[in-house]
Amino acid sequence: MSGMFLGATWEDVVSWLPDLWAGFLISLRVTFFSLLFGIPAGLLLAIGQQTKARSLRWLCLTVVELGRGAPALVLLQFLYFGLPSVGVSITSFVSAVLALAWATGAYTSEIIRAGLDAVPQGQHEATSALGMSREDALRFVIIPQGLRVAIPALLGFSILVFQGTSLCFTIALQEIISRAYDIGNTTFLYFPALAVAAVFFAAVCIPASLLVSYIEQRTGKHVQR
Amino acid sequence: MIVGEFRQLLTGLPWTLALMSATFVVGALLGLPLMLARRSRFLPLRLLVVVIFAIVRAVPPLVWVFIVFFGIGFQLISMSPFVACLAAFGLIAAVNMAEIYRGGLLAIHFGQFEAAKALNLSRWHTFVDVVAPQMIRVALPSSATYGIGLFKESAIASTIGVQELAYQANYLAQTTFRGLEVFGMVGLVYILISLPIAWLSRILDRRIRARVAR
Repeated sequence: MSGMFLGATWEDVVSWLPDLWAGFLISLRVTFFSLLFGIPAGLLLAIGQQTKARSLRWLCLTVVELGRGAPALVLLQFLYFGLPSVGVSITSFVSAVLALAWATGAYTSEIIRAGLDAVPQGQHEATSALGMSREDALRFVIIPQGLRVAIPALLGFSILVFQGTSLCFTIALQEIISRAYDIGNTTFLYFPALAVAAVFFAAVCIPASLLVSYIEQRTGKHVQR
Repeated sequence: MIVGEFRQLLTGLPWTLALMSATFVVGALLGLPLMLARRSRFLPLRLLVVVIFAIVRAVPPLVWVFIVFFGIGFQLISMSPFVACLAAFGLIAAVNMAEIYRGGLLAIHFGQFEAAKALNLSRWHTFVDVVAPQMIRVALPSSATYGIGLFKESAIASTIGVQELAYQANYLAQTTFRGLEVFGMVGLVYILISLPIAWLSRILDRRIRARVAR
């Protein structure tokens, strides 16, 4: 029994799955590394924007504004097509991770800054009353509390990063959308191929956003108490 | 040379602005009935809308653009890249605007509904004369922020050949082999244009907030 789906049979769809799965894994890997480098960068940028050294503050601010102001697509192409023209050539995977980590750092720095700002003033006063250094205060008191506040928003942003990996189509990275597009190109079954790829995204993003809103509600309760 | 390239780049700006504003108009108009359907008393309709919202948001914009342009465009109804982009972005914008409107509606004090009921206003008049004006004011700042986001989001249209800013940058990078300058330049154009819009919306936000009844 082969159901038809805009010209594609189930056999077609099944035959595409290994290829799409391989692309899906690349999308996940790009997401993982972008977050791995991007979120710590966001923390550093958030702290960097609050330091007293003016040059460092401006540097952090510039990195953040560039990462947030330019479309992620342009960041990707800037690194992938731009760096070779100054003699640095990087693979599409590396430029994907660099660009998405840059965007992640820029956006999460704002999320983390809001989290750090949410730590009550009394906590800062308490650290100075205890004679803690600024570094120790940040490390042991402010950052642990601030990050906890930021977690739901960071998780929500992680979903967007995963969705953002679809942009890597434009730099010839063999992620899931490139593969679905190639299948469409050879079979002319664009709709079913892209729809199957879309199902992969939905299968990750719908449960993930439900989880995020659940966590949001729980932390919300915690704050209210 | 640089000036000529910059001019070439800016030929994309009208397309970017056209796509952004058309998307916003489609989203703002379709968002309202969608939001009402989301709050319908008829459970199956409500569930259907919730499912549609979840699916629209779970699939990345680029994938929607491809599904419309290559999937529907190639196999069912052929359409221009601009129309395909507008359809895909319009769908996403309608869902997001519906959620923004809903946020505005939730912010309205329940006393307003009680007062409307006490005055024996019909459901229609309650919505049109009491709820909608307040809802739109509360929703305006988020709508403006969302509109600015569309300015950057529209770069995705370059992937299917809408000749907007990012497309021009691609074209220039391929013809001049100086990707770093070209993409750096287009990145700056995006930033320089979104800064004043962000500034305007912040002013607008402050003015409107001052006028919303709390």
